[in-house]
Amino acid sequence: MTSAHAARRWFWYCLLLVPYAGVLWVPLYNRVDPVVFGIPFFYWFQFAWIIVTAIITALAYFAKV
Amino acid sequence: MNRPALTVFILLFTLVTVLGFVAARWRRGDLNHLNEWGLAGRRFGTVITWFLLGGDLYTAYTFIAVPALVFGAGAIGFFALPYTLMVYPFVYAVFPRLWSVARKHGYVTAADFVRGRHDSSLLALVVAVTGILATMPYIALQLVGIQVVIAAMGFTATGLAGDLPLIIAFVILAAYTYTSGLRAPALIAIVKDLLIYTVIIAAVIVIPAQLGGYARIFASVPADKLLLKAPTAGNLGTYSAYATLALGSALALFLYPHCITGLLSSRSRNVIKRNMSLLPAYSLVLALIAFLGYLALAAGVQHDPAYAGWFKQYGATFAVPALLLHSFPAWFAGVGFAAIAIGALVPAAIMSIAASNLFTRNIYKEYLQPACTPGQEAGVAKLASLVVKLGALAFIIFLPGSYAIQLQLLGGVWIIQTLPAVVVGLYTRWLHRRALVIGWLAGMVVGTAMVGAEHFKTSIYPLHLGALTVPGYAALYSLTINLGLAVVLTLILYALKVSPGRDQTAHADYEYDTT
Repeated sequence: MTSAHAARRWFWYCLLLVPYAGVLWVPLYNRVDPVVFGIPFFYWFQFAWIIVTAIITALAYFAKV
Repeated sequence: MNRPALTVFILLFTLVTVLGFVAARWRRGDLNHLNEWGLAGRRFGTVITWFLLGGDLYTAYTFIAVPALVFGAGAIGFFALPYTLMVYPFVYAVFPRLWSVARKHGYVTAADFVRGRHDSSLLALVVAVTGILATMPYIALQLVGIQVVIAAMGFTATGLAGDLPLIIAFVILAAYTYTSGLRAPALIAIVKDLLIYTVIIAAVIVIPAQLGGYARIFASVPADKLLLKAPTAGNLGTYSAYATLALGSALALFLYPHCITGLLSSRSRNVIKRNMSLLPAYSLVLALIAFLGYLALAAGVQHDPAYAGWFKQYGATFAVPALLLHSFPAWFAGVGFAAIAIGALVPAAIMSIAASNLFTRNIYKEYLQPACTPGQEAGVAKLASLVVKLGALAFIIFLPGSYAIQLQLLGGVWIIQTLPAVVVGLYTRWLHRRALVIGWLAGMVVGTAMVGAEHFKTSIYPLHLGALTVPGYAALYSLTINLGLAVVLTLILYALKVSPGRDQTAHADYEYDTT
């Protein structure tokens, strides 16, 4: 494995960790406001992370990591 | 008796029974071979793997228990969201390596891999036994899901007559798993998912309209349930519980034998990777399923005298069946009940196959009959799948349902103890085989004791760090002890020059691909 290849792989592994940072720090999102379409922040924030995670894994797939 | 619901239910159940038996002829292979019976010849492509894994991960118990937790306890039940969301990046990065090395060496179970990698049949036995122990109560819990929907259709009989529908369902399941192997749940999973998607989408469109919109639904949730309780000065409370429960569950999920069976049956590395970006579609559905708990609260089913008897018997687990009965015409409620029951059959079949693969490969062939032929091997696995299912059935009929739930809590704590041998093993065999065994033992004992200290009611253990209390998932705490001990003992064992054994795998095997 070349070092450029290894560096690229590390970049993608770090990107795959981003969703962890997004949802593991609970105080960040344990609140009601802003409410969107009647849905409190706590709920739509985590829902949004599902979509972001799917996009990140899809990008990793297309980048052939 | 709810005739329209029951008629639809029986029709759909008959359909999947026929599919289960027909599956034996699908993508025909020699079913007298464990690779064919137990892994369907490792030929599943992206679409089938997607249905199979989705059918495998999101079980009937999920559909019943997650909304029940939200219904009863509120926001904490939504830990299922960060949990499923963290699973896929982890599996994406790690598990293609397991697929590659298993394909290269013909490994059928995680314990096969551990044996080859760490050159230790004891460690392989430990991984196999942990897998079987963690899977058995999980199968039993699927039956709880079937029980609740059968009751919801108005079966009021008690004693043996009351258990009869459950027994019939399970005997049929056992028969087609025996004849068709992994092909049966793979084919049925397609029907299951179509039904589930239909019911959930209908529910989140129709019911909020009936209830006057999302704002009114959330307004009906009591304030103390709407958010997680904020920590106090000396106690991190539900914050640490929520995060560790999600993380620990995410790390543990794909160590379960039924998930590994699902992964290993796929055709190539790419199938797994593609699936890890497609499977979050199920997380979206899971979010909606969790939300059903609030819909049930807002619909006020718990105050409806028509459902009082069921709530008394089944508690919050009756929230979803009650919501379906309350909001839909009877025939469509029948579709929902069928979706839940079929959602129990798919994982129960895969779990029993996975458990029998472990038994056959890592106990029977390893210790009892090393010279067995491939035909004998497959025969033993088929029989073992029957024994496993009968065991689960007896468990549910003769013991209180709460035992299955408590053992399932422990199952997660147990299965995560195989992470150092399996997941770390995919990258390095630096951890010594003996250190891994002792680390596992320590993790099992400490984890079980932590749940025991909470009287087996919850797997959240209040860890005391000086003046600070950090409630957290016992699986993560005990895994830390397991890993820490393994590292320390590894250093000692290398210093004492104890042989680490010979690795049967090569560096390149972990990147091996078929195409």
